Amino acid sequence: MRLTCPICGDRDRREFYYQGDAVALDRPDGGAGAETWDGYVHLRDNPAGRTRDLWQHEAGCGAWIVVLRDTVSHEVFGVELAMSVGEAGA
Amino acid sequence: MAELTGKTPCDGLLPLEIGAVTLVEADPGRLTSVAPYRGGAEALGRALVSAHGLDWPAPNRMSVKGAARLIWFGRDMALLAGPAPAPGLAEHAALTDQSDAWAAVDLAGDDAEQVLARLVPIDLRAAHFAVGHTARTLIGHMTASITRLGPDRFLILVFRSMAGTLVHDLKTALEAVAARR
Repeated sequence: MRLTCPICGDRDRREFYYQGDAVALDRPDGGAGAETWDGYVHLRDNPAGRTRDLWQHEAGCGAWIVVLRDTVSHEVFGVELAMSVGEAGA
Repeated sequence: MAELTGKTPCDGLLPLEIGAVTLVEADPGRLTSVAPYRGGAEALGRALVSAHGLDWPAPNRMSVKGAARLIWFGRDMALLAGPAPAPGLAEHAALTDQSDAWAAVDLAGDDAEQVLARLVPIDLRAAHFAVGHTARTLIGHMTASITRLGPDRFLILVFRSMAGTLVHDLKTALEAVAARR
């Protein structure tokens, strides 16, 4: 598997660290109820199909990236910097 | 007061000459990481040009002026190798002295590319990785900074604590490449 780092370019999967669902970018506000926080912290889907995950280019530039891919076909649809996604959502 | 003797990271390990390749410890000079503060990149770029004659490097590139090098070193970071940073730079960027933190080796020779091909998961052939190109990547299991200094010459930086492993891994690859000659 290869991922295209938005900064470094096309790189081997071994350079990347897998963090998990990119839900971390959608942090609820402090006043959200306990149920919302419980879901944010603990509950994850385990889809066979499209996922949106956070990875870090650990052995390269160090950037956190959001990867859209398919766990069944292994196709990678897109990669973008988590920072730009976070700023767009803020 | 104890008398302490300074040692370089690869003291006692290098130089090596195997087949058509030499591996020697490099002295890149003083190393300073330069990380621009948010919004400070433009002002830092101007300050670097006026103080050191160096342009801020694009990702995977190195700027050179005389003995001074500015090596791209990661997202929003470059490594100034050679001179001490001009004091004015601190206004626009976080400057960190890293001189003793890295082991630096110089790999040179006709088979240098073949040696690195055994250890590095990116294409370092000249068509893709020309003189002045650099990359943060892996060498074996170590994170490294690899820069092409000449047609058959590379500068490799790894964490200082990894100096022994780096020399061991490179020596194994050097011997394997030489054995096929």
